[in-house]
This record gives sequence, structure tokens and C-alpha cells, in this order.
Amino acid sequence: MSRRVLVTGLGTFWGGRMAQALERDPDIDIIVGLDTTEPTIPLERTEYVRADQSYSILARIVKATQVDTIVHTFLVVDSTRMSGRSLHEINVIGTMNLLAAASAADTSVRQLVVKSSSLVYGSSYLDPVWFREEVGRSRPPRTRVERSLLEVEGYLRDFADDNPHVVVTLLRFANVLGTDIVTPISTWLDRGLAPAILGFDPLLQFVEEDDVVRALEFVATNQVPGTYNVAGDGRLPWSEVAAISGARTVPLPPVLTGLVAGPINRFGILDLPPEVLDLLRYGRGVDNRRLKEAGFDYRYTSAGAVENFARASRLRHTVGDSRPGYRYERDVEAFFRHSPAVTRTPQ
Amino acid sequence: MAAGNRVVDVRRPGALIPLPLPSAEDRRLRDPRRSDVDEWGRSEHMRSLARTLYGPLYRNWFRAEWEGLENIPREGGALLVANHAAAIPSDAPVIMHGIEEELGRPVYGLADYIFKAMPVVGTLWSRVGGVPAHPENAYRLLREQGELVLVFPEGSKGPGKTYAERYRLSRFGRGGFVEIAMRAGVPVVPIAVVGAEESMPILLKSNALAKLMNIPYFPITANMLLFGPLLGTLVYLPAKFKLRVLDPVLFDVPPNQERYSKSRIMDEAESIRVSLQETLYEMLRTRRSVWFG
Repeated sequence: MSRRVLVTGLGTFWGGRMAQALERDPDIDIIVGLDTTEPTIPLERTEYVRADQSYSILARIVKATQVDTIVHTFLVVDSTRMSGRSLHEINVIGTMNLLAAASAADTSVRQLVVKSSSLVYGSSYLDPVWFREEVGRSRPPRTRVERSLLEVEGYLRDFADDNPHVVVTLLRFANVLGTDIVTPISTWLDRGLAPAILGFDPLLQFVEEDDVVRALEFVATNQVPGTYNVAGDGRLPWSEVAAISGARTVPLPPVLTGLVAGPINRFGILDLPPEVLDLLRYGRGVDNRRLKEAGFDYRYTSAGAVENFARASRLRHTVGDSRPGYRYERDVEAFFRHSPAVTRTPQ
Repeated sequence: MAAGNRVVDVRRPGALIPLPLPSAEDRRLRDPRRSDVDEWGRSEHMRSLARTLYGPLYRNWFRAEWEGLENIPREGGALLVANHAAAIPSDAPVIMHGIEEELGRPVYGLADYIFKAMPVVGTLWSRVGGVPAHPENAYRLLREQGELVLVFPEGSKGPGKTYAERYRLSRFGRGGFVEIAMRAGVPVVPIAVVGAEESMPILLKSNALAKLMNIPYFPITANMLLFGPLLGTLVYLPAKFKLRVLDPVLFDVPPNQERYSKSRIMDEAESIRVSLQETLYEMLRTRRSVWFG
């Protein structure tokens, strides 16, 4: 069966990776990538379309390309990336436009995959050791990014109820570490520093970046509806994460932590967003068994993901960034995709 | 030059120095842990240290004596419930240590979340075997891992009562422990504890200070009057501990139900409370001395 896929957030780490993974699949005929920024990695046959933050153009694209699957990777889960306002615009308004496009009359969309985050569970002292997908968070969200993700998930549930003919899959990813991904936590560890709240040594859980892409690919090709946690097996104390990565612990006071974190944030010494400070106090664990039962195999445990990250980080420190820079050139990309002079081997 | 022929390493785009890919077997099994802290936050290393330190206190200070240990299953999950007492409860470690010594089975103690929110205390407590009392945690331990789980249904009302109310059981919450046992399909094993009440009796309570410090109760204990405010929070009085394990209570209901009858839950919880209360009175009738049993 030939398929036509739309990937949102093509210029982000996950969108680009996902498009690359989909390009390898011969069953997928057309891949359209949407983003506000240009792709940052080389792509073979993905068609890039520039959009505004709130994706108002989306309905037209869906109608014109007749895609049957939308992979929505463009949910911002790292609040240090942008202002709260853009975050709301991208996460909430962007998703609303996407769902509106997918539920239009006579729509071609039959499958929707959304990449959310385990941030929706929050991190509090009232939490269970493992969150199953059905278990709600213990305390109401305090941070903007968590609120926006919860809103998005609410809209998505309504969409799934109203559109039973669409296979809707929601993936909640644990904290990601890997060879290339840059998050606040990876940045700390990369610089050999591990901020820790005195008196707390929370248990954290990680998922390796390759497992993230593989999980997205798995649900996109296997049509598994529902909500799934995606996280490596096991949890490990933050002190152990620091030890594996060779990072030194930087103690933060257990009281008035926010007050101390403020200037550290402000002066750009370390990024300490509030949702990550909660994590450093109470940790978080999500039950990953449901996706395994659906047939997905992880390649890394939580500790394995940390170790893999530590190895990549050591290499980076020794030889610098080993990847050549890639810049998207509209004319060049258009030439390779559309010029009659290029001989295209059949897929 | 055909676009489709370019080889792109999709795993690591454009990597100049390829990192060796772990072999398939490696990838699946490799779990490079360094510490022995498990998913519950327990560390066997810390636990054996705690056992070594606590052993003398258990044997020589509290001189714990057990009755009816055969009522605790040797394998499979069971929910142990007990009366709760002393300003800083001395019963939880006695029960956990005792069962681990006598039966060689680990006990997971469910306790108030407030511990988890405290620096140092929370971390130590979880390293030696404490688990926050969340129904999800209890279910996983009892049903999926078949462990012994200890819970005090009185909650903080038990240790928060004054010496004048000693050995009078408070309300057993809303019977949540019965519901968990039903859902997990495990028996409830009640344990009556005599001795904890006298090990750190509360003479007075200050509600204002408790509210100020955001803790369930602020006690003035006999120990504080005897040993001073600091040492008094650390030193227990050498009350003799006697523990009696009652017959396991089995509920004739299917496990894993969405919902159980609330009235049934309340009835069962109340009947367990009554039998524990009667056992306590029975044990107190035969006790000759607080210090020697």
C-alpha cells in the first residue's frame, strides 16, 4: 500500500530524523515536511513547505497533497527554546489547526501520530513510582510547557472521539539523551556539570534518541491506536547519571531553589527551567510495558541511553563536532527533486 | 549523479568518525548500572548497613517478641496492616526488620508522601525500603511482584494521638487498603503491636506550630522532657515490644475490577479494625510491665 505522509516540524531534530527514517521505507510514496525553519539535515525526497508558527496553511496543504498520515513532531517540550508565547502558539494553536485540517469534511487523513512528552505527568512528591498511561498527574501543572501539552492532549482526545475512522496514536516520551539531541540536561552533562538539589537524589528515566525515532516509525507503520509511554527500562539515581557522564555535582539549596536558580538561568550559566527543577527533586518514572506489548523493542535501557550519550559526549570533546554543517539551499534541493536532468532510480 | 543513490547514514547523519554500533545482543541486554539502587529507590547496600545498625536496637532495646508469624505467607503478596504509634513511629522499623530477620522476606513499607518531600530523610527512607503510599505502587508490589507490603491504615492520626488516647485505634481512613488488597487479590494480614505507644509518647500537641511547619502534628514528647529537645527526638524509651500476627483476611472477590462495593470495603475495614482493637486490649490485659512485658 502506498502512503503519503506529512511530517510537522521538519526543521526540528525529531521532524528531520523522522523524515529520514520514512524516506527509507519504500511503501511511503510522498513525504511532505512542514516547518517555520528550513531543514537542518540532508533529505532525499521530502518536500519542504514553509509555514507560519500556528500552521494556518495546513488545511490547504492537506487538501492539496491528499496525505493519509500526519506525524506531528512539532510539539515543543523544552521551554528554554523559546518564549512562553511562541510555545503556546506552536503547541496549542498549531495543534488546533492541525486537528481542524485533519477533521475537515472529505479529508484524506486516516492516521495521526503525535509526539508528546512525559512532562504531562509532572513531577511531584505525590507521584507513583511508575506512571501508567491512564494515571493522571498528581498536582495541577505549574509551568507553561506542561499546561500547553495537557491542553494539546485534551484536544487530541476529543479529535479521536469525533473521528473514529482516524487511527490516533499519542506517544509520551521520557527525557531523551543520545548522540545528537540537545536538551537542558544534555547541555549540563556535556559541560561536566550536574546541578542537584541538596538532600535529593531522584530516580530518573531516559529514552535514547534512536529509540524515539524508531518508536515514531513503529507506530506510524503499524497503526497502533492509543496512548503510549516511550521510555527505556529502569530508573537510575541522578547521582549515577552524573557518575556515568563524568559530571561534577553542583549543589542547589533545597529551600528557595527557584530564587537561586533564577540568576543562574538569567546569566546563562545553566538552563534551569522550573519543570526540570521539579524533576531534580522528585524524579519521574513511566511504565513502558504497553508499547512493548504492542510489539516494540527498545535498543537501550535508561542507563544504556546515559552511557551512549556519555560516549558521544567524550568523542565530541576530543574531536569537536564531527558532523559537517548542512545548509538548506532551496534551488539545489528543488533541482534534485524536480529537474528532468536528474535520473531518479525507482524506489 | 542520482539523488536516490547517495548513501546517507541515517543513524548518524554525515558522521565523519563512525561510532561502532553495538551488536544486536549487546544492545538488548546492556544496562550499565553503577549503583545498586533499584526502581523503588532501594539499595541493598544501604539496607544491609541499616540492618546492622538497627539490629542491636531491635534485639536489646525494644526486645521484640513475635507471635503468630506463621500467619504471614512465605511467598506471594500480602498486605500487612498494623496499629501505628509514637511521635516518630517506632513500629514500622520493628515490623520491617523483624519480618526480614525472622522470615527472610523483604517488607516494603508504604508511608506518607511527606517523607518524599523532605531532603535527606526522603532519600534515606526510600533507600532502606520505604515507598510512597500510592495505590499504583501498592498494586505493583502486591500483584505483579508478589511482595509483602506494610501499611498503617490510621495514617498520621495514629502516631499523632496523645498518650491519653494510647492503644485506641483511630478511623481506618476510607478503607483504601482493603480496596487495594481486593484489586491485587492478596490477603490482608493484621498485626497488633504493643510497646510503640510508650516508646515516644506525646504529652502535648501544638496545632499552630504544625500548621506553621506544614507537618501533620507538632508533638511535645516525654522523651523531649527527659533528654532535651534535640536528643529527645532521637532516643526512644526502652518499651518492650510485643507483636501478634492475626489470621489472614481473604476477600472473596475477583481481582483487577474497575470498582469494588464501597459498603463492602468499609465493612471489611471496620471488621479488621475491630479485631485489631480487641487483640490489643487482650494483649494489654496480660501485660504486666511496660518495660518488661
